[in-house]
Amino acid sequence: MQARLPSLEEAVRGVWPLLSLAVILVVLVALCSLGPVVLQRVATDALIKLVMVVGLYVFVGNSGVLSFGHASFMMLGGYGAAWLDVPVRYKSILMDELPAFLGKAEFHPGLAALAAMGWAGAFAFLIGIPLMRLSGIGAAIGTFSWLTIVFVVHAGWEEMTGGTSSFNGLPIYVDLWVALIAALFVMLVAYVFQTSKLGLALRASREDEAAARAIGVNVWRARIASFVVSAMLVALGGVLQGHFLGTVNVTQFYIGITFITIAMLVIGGTGSLAGAVIGTVVVSVIAELLRQLENGVDIGALTLAAPAGLRELGLAGAMMLILIFRPAGLTGGRELPFPAFLGAALGLRPR
Amino acid sequence: MTTAIQVIVDALSVGSLYALTALGIGLIFGIMRLINFAHGEFVMIGAYMLMAIVAQYEPLAIIVAMVLVVVLALFSERIAFRPVRNASPTTMLVTSFAVSYFLQYLFVMIYGARPKGFEFLAGLAEPFVIGTIRIPKLNVAIVAVTIVLLAGLALFLTRSRFGVQMRAAALNFRMARLLGVRADRVIAVAFALSGILAGVTAIFITVQGGTLSPGMGVQLALIGFVATIIGGMGSLIGAVLGGYFIGVVTVLLQFGLPLEMRPYREAFVFAAVILVLLARPQGLFRGAEARERV
Repeated sequence: MQARLPSLEEAVRGVWPLLSLAVILVVLVALCSLGPVVLQRVATDALIKLVMVVGLYVFVGNSGVLSFGHASFMMLGGYGAAWLDVPVRYKSILMDELPAFLGKAEFHPGLAALAAMGWAGAFAFLIGIPLMRLSGIGAAIGTFSWLTIVFVVHAGWEEMTGGTSSFNGLPIYVDLWVALIAALFVMLVAYVFQTSKLGLALRASREDEAAARAIGVNVWRARIASFVVSAMLVALGGVLQGHFLGTVNVTQFYIGITFITIAMLVIGGTGSLAGAVIGTVVVSVIAELLRQLENGVDIGALTLAAPAGLRELGLAGAMMLILIFRPAGLTGGRELPFPAFLGAALGLRPR
Repeated sequence: MTTAIQVIVDALSVGSLYALTALGIGLIFGIMRLINFAHGEFVMIGAYMLMAIVAQYEPLAIIVAMVLVVVLALFSERIAFRPVRNASPTTMLVTSFAVSYFLQYLFVMIYGARPKGFEFLAGLAEPFVIGTIRIPKLNVAIVAVTIVLLAGLALFLTRSRFGVQMRAAALNFRMARLLGVRADRVIAVAFALSGILAGVTAIFITVQGGTLSPGMGVQLALIGFVATIIGGMGSLIGAVLGGYFIGVVTVLLQFGLPLEMRPYREAFVFAAVILVLLARPQGLFRGAEARERV
């Protein structure tokens, strides 16, 4: 086959799935930035979730293997960055048992974030070598077991993590715009990965593992690669969360966040990047509305407040409805379609 | 010697609870490949029902709570699990995860998230004293009741019509249906049995722990889930042995690990789980027909 430049049509259609989502996201964020501070914080939180969900999607969506273990990489990322960029004056008081090379050192937050992603990626590679041999239920349990191990070690190792109490003093640099840039970056990586040779091979194995092997796909290797990329992106989510709240805590990165991120991905549709993004946006909006109900709504002189727990109840209910009535998720596992009017405007042939 | 006996009784009673849970999950898994994460919530709800009714009369509370848990199990099958019955095992797993979360937060809404103290059958907390050995009556009760339940279940599965149909369905669901086994009925029976097991577990957990919280079932379901898998997917004897295996390993680690390693006990248990998954993906004690077919 001869290498050639893509035609205009191919180029437009090729970047469309990513570009359309990015535009939608930027518009939504721009609208939120005009709103009150509370809304901006909610939007920032949603963008951090988006980083996590798209990161999770890179593995789960492309490989079709469910992971209950990705919260472990958020934890590794969050604590990894905290060890490096919490100011020495905090460490010397709050975490005085840290080994000297961490306790007496202070790195630039950007450097710390990169290092934390590498730290999580290295663990993903090591644990991926054995775990990626499993599929289906075995993989779900294997990854969950890994999450438990990481949780127990972080919760138990008091000198390094402060145990079950929070590790405070993280520099707070994450605002709406930082989170938006991170989300766009993660989406770009996810899209490049899923359209790469390796990503396509992995998606083939998702559809039919035996057939993919028969045409020469090394499923194990492709899964490890996506697991590592996915872990690094999810770790970035953990880093952002830590530097948004100024604190990390082991319970932040355990079953609760595992459920929420999987719910977002399943509701949107595990099979496409659009599913990951739309699922996160939709679920965040619903969750925020339910949270306001929990806080109480003023109707005239009356304040109606729903009992605590309504948010999780609503999420679980939405997830059950989706699984029963639309098991492939809201997007049905497809990317956003290329609208016909845009094709006509650009003078492209309709398909 | 004294310690050895106490450790053995401890391991047996912890293992029995895990075995009952694993069996409750394994019964359903064997037939429809559904890992029922919500089993832990069945247990939790059973415990709350005990608390809600106990003011009247303890045996009545036990009976009513058991019936309610069975009804809940049947209801959740009808509402949530039947529509996804033909989906992939992963989809069903996620569904049960959602059901579990739903029930958990339903009870957060009703009773609040904070743990509630609740003393039930206080007499069981006292120990039998034989010479220097002190064995809590509860542990003996757990082991004894588990043995009776297992024997009863074994009789049911081998002698009754439904039992034989269930085993046939677990072996090859499609073939069983072709031979006239009613799918809905067999699955309903499995859920009902699972509910009974959850009810019994609820009683013991309540007596043992003395506190109730909406999240109390999660840990138990996870252990049961793991025991089912490493015991051998779909093999009921495997699920029971898997439960005892994890119980024994947990208690031995609690005992054998040096003090500074104790907080990491669970990490060792789950590392063992990963090792079993890798070395024997078919489970430690596998049923003959559990292979996934292409």
